Amino acid sequence: MDFDFTQEQLLLQDSVRKFLEKNYDFDTRREIVAARQGFGPMAWQGLASLGLLGVNVPESHGGFGGGGVETMIVMEAFGRHLVVEPWVASAVMGTSCIVTAGTDDQRNYLLPLMASGEMKLACAFLEPGGRYDLSRVATTARLEGGFWHISGSKAVVVHGAVADLLIVSARTAGQPGDAEGISLFFVNPGEEGVEGREFPLYDGTRAVEASFHDVRVSSDSLIGVQDQGLPLVELVVDRAIAALCAEAVGCMQALMERTTEYLKTRQQFGVPIGRFQALQHRMVDMLVHTEQARSMAMLAALRVESPDAAQRRKAVSAAKELIGRAGRFVGQQAVQLHGGMGMTEELDVGHYVKRLQAIDTQFGDADWHLDRFVAAEAAAPLPDFSRPRSKWKKL
Amino acid sequence: MNLDFTPEELAFRDEVRGFVRSHLPRELSLKVIEHKRLSKDDYLVWQRILHGRGWSAPSWPRAFGGPGWNAVQRHIFDEECAAAGAPPIIAFGVYMVGPVIIAFGSPAQQAKYLPRILSSEDWWCQGYSEPGSGSDLASLKTRAERRGDTYVVNGQKTWTTLAQYADMMFCLVRTGAGGKKQEGISFLLIDMRSPGVSVRPIITLDGEHEVNEVWLENVEVPVENLVGEEGRGWTYAKFLLSHERSGIAGVSRSKRELAWLKHIAASETDGGHRLIDNPRFRDKISRVEIELMALEITNLRVLAAEREGKPPGAEASILKIKGTEIQQSLTELMMEAVGPYALPHLPLSWGDHWLGEHVGPAYAAPLAARYFNYRKVSIYGGSNEIQRNIVAQQILGL
Repeated sequence: MDFDFTQEQLLLQDSVRKFLEKNYDFDTRREIVAARQGFGPMAWQGLASLGLLGVNVPESHGGFGGGGVETMIVMEAFGRHLVVEPWVASAVMGTSCIVTAGTDDQRNYLLPLMASGEMKLACAFLEPGGRYDLSRVATTARLEGGFWHISGSKAVVVHGAVADLLIVSARTAGQPGDAEGISLFFVNPGEEGVEGREFPLYDGTRAVEASFHDVRVSSDSLIGVQDQGLPLVELVVDRAIAALCAEAVGCMQALMERTTEYLKTRQQFGVPIGRFQALQHRMVDMLVHTEQARSMAMLAALRVESPDAAQRRKAVSAAKELIGRAGRFVGQQAVQLHGGMGMTEELDVGHYVKRLQAIDTQFGDADWHLDRFVAAEAAAPLPDFSRPRSKWKKL
Repeated sequence: MNLDFTPEELAFRDEVRGFVRSHLPRELSLKVIEHKRLSKDDYLVWQRILHGRGWSAPSWPRAFGGPGWNAVQRHIFDEECAAAGAPPIIAFGVYMVGPVIIAFGSPAQQAKYLPRILSSEDWWCQGYSEPGSGSDLASLKTRAERRGDTYVVNGQKTWTTLAQYADMMFCLVRTGAGGKKQEGISFLLIDMRSPGVSVRPIITLDGEHEVNEVWLENVEVPVENLVGEEGRGWTYAKFLLSHERSGIAGVSRSKRELAWLKHIAASETDGGHRLIDNPRFRDKISRVEIELMALEITNLRVLAAEREGKPPGAEASILKIKGTEIQQSLTELMMEAVGPYALPHLPLSWGDHWLGEHVGPAYAAPLAARYFNYRKVSIYGGSNEIQRNIVAQQILGL
């Protein structure tokens, strides 16, 4: 048991932190958001040249060969800087989809392009009316004349408009809600029949509502096993959730620092407001939430690699549940303790608060993950208190 | 980064597990798990079994008769003992005064008291709080006047846990006047059989006798019972408070209590279904479980730092705040789980020699009393508000 990073991980942490400090301050980030491109081309190339787009790419394909812990390191730093780049969409979700289930050809072609920053991916898994349920797939794909024909709609595809390639879940059998019968496909957004309505999210990222009208893709666009796509979707989303948990911890840490500093400098009634016990205790509660969140982000980062899907699910959902609530608490209190200043667009505090709220909503909020946690728990046997007496020594 | 124990730690865990399995009496573990009232003997039986193995003082160095375990080994020991339903080690001798005597006591004090703590010959109690000095402990008024080779002690201590069993008390007394209130406090070891010591029970809202008032009237204490230097008692008291704090989270015991809560909730029925399947109740259980999962990691983070020689500072306060909140939630949910059978109040039914019938399920009998009793955990050991003050000052710098 240890909580130390390896030398490589420390170097990774150092390089991502330094890069962001130099190239991604709050003003730069504001410009990137204002440009409405959905990402910062300079920043993205910078990340590529540092090798950060290949963190989850195996070494055999020229990447860093990282996993949950490396993702956590990167995302915590991204959280502190409110990075809006499509890193989770492409370098976590897209990448792990291909690494886990891609054919040799798909890997050999796509992974180097993704690591170099030439190609960005986004995943279109959720549908209107399906809330967070990954099995509510009404989009259909049928094989006809050697091509897959895809029809349907996808909801709030984050970074969908900047993606060079989409990964779309579609039903090849069964009904919406069935665990079986889901398959994944690469879809080029430039393909005829693909339509997207692009819009900003309140946290500064951008997304699309996508629809597919009999979109024709080649037969080798299938990823993984036909009809058996749901476990892969869940794995990929769990990796994204673990990443967002770490990002949330970065956001909370930043809010803690800013709020503590504000309490030490803001004067009212002739003293720094941090002298007031009501505010001190509130800050301590924020710290307790942040430390509990940090622990859960670590647990998620480690367990997301578990080959035992039940263990992975339980840990990831527990983390998302706790971090959803913790992030909301820390965010709300950070605004409260900043008073009127916390309400302004000018200060970064509100932007962290909005990002934390968006993280809670993405891939299932606290309630949704509490449900999933309970389901994972229900599958486990209850504690047994009826051990045989004979094993025990008498008094 | 990983959460797995090393092969050596796993081997250690198996050794502890094997020992606990074969030596913890079944009847005793059932009493612990089912929240029966524990007698003095119940604690002593287990303490002596541990002593036979050299494990009665897990945090002590080898030179003083401890096993010399590191923080992680101590954690593993706690986990195994708690999971099996062993009675907790009474902290006053082993975890509180023992380390102070090791660090600041004279060789004569070490030779006299430490072996008696290890063997449980002496039951210790803590003479800290006074009627006028709770959170503001340093304002204490109990006086010790030096007359030749003795101190004459006068004053009153309160909330003295299990003083009714105690042979010895470590006591903060005022030996000097003037200056800061933290100065002039000394750390005395008082024989509870000394003339002038009287112990009066305080019955708590659960109806139990756990804490006491201790009156000290012209109690003569030999000067060799002064620990360290006169007037330095506050330093030793603070050392004591910072020692062995990682266990303060109570994670191991809360894990066992969570399992027992699930057992109860699965045994209770609600509208023809198991209570545990009632989504409203299940959510409450799961929220506590998730908080406990997080606290376990937070605790391990502190332990790992401790293993590398970084003593826990104000982090222990975070563990105390969250740990006690979880402990209280668990008692609350257990009481809720049994519905109307939380109401009957038959205190004899959770003690020894109860031959009567239970009203409702046996596990329900002590749950309400336990819920009321556990309101104490956010008050004792420095109230959670004091812990927040400590964190605000020492970690946040406010």
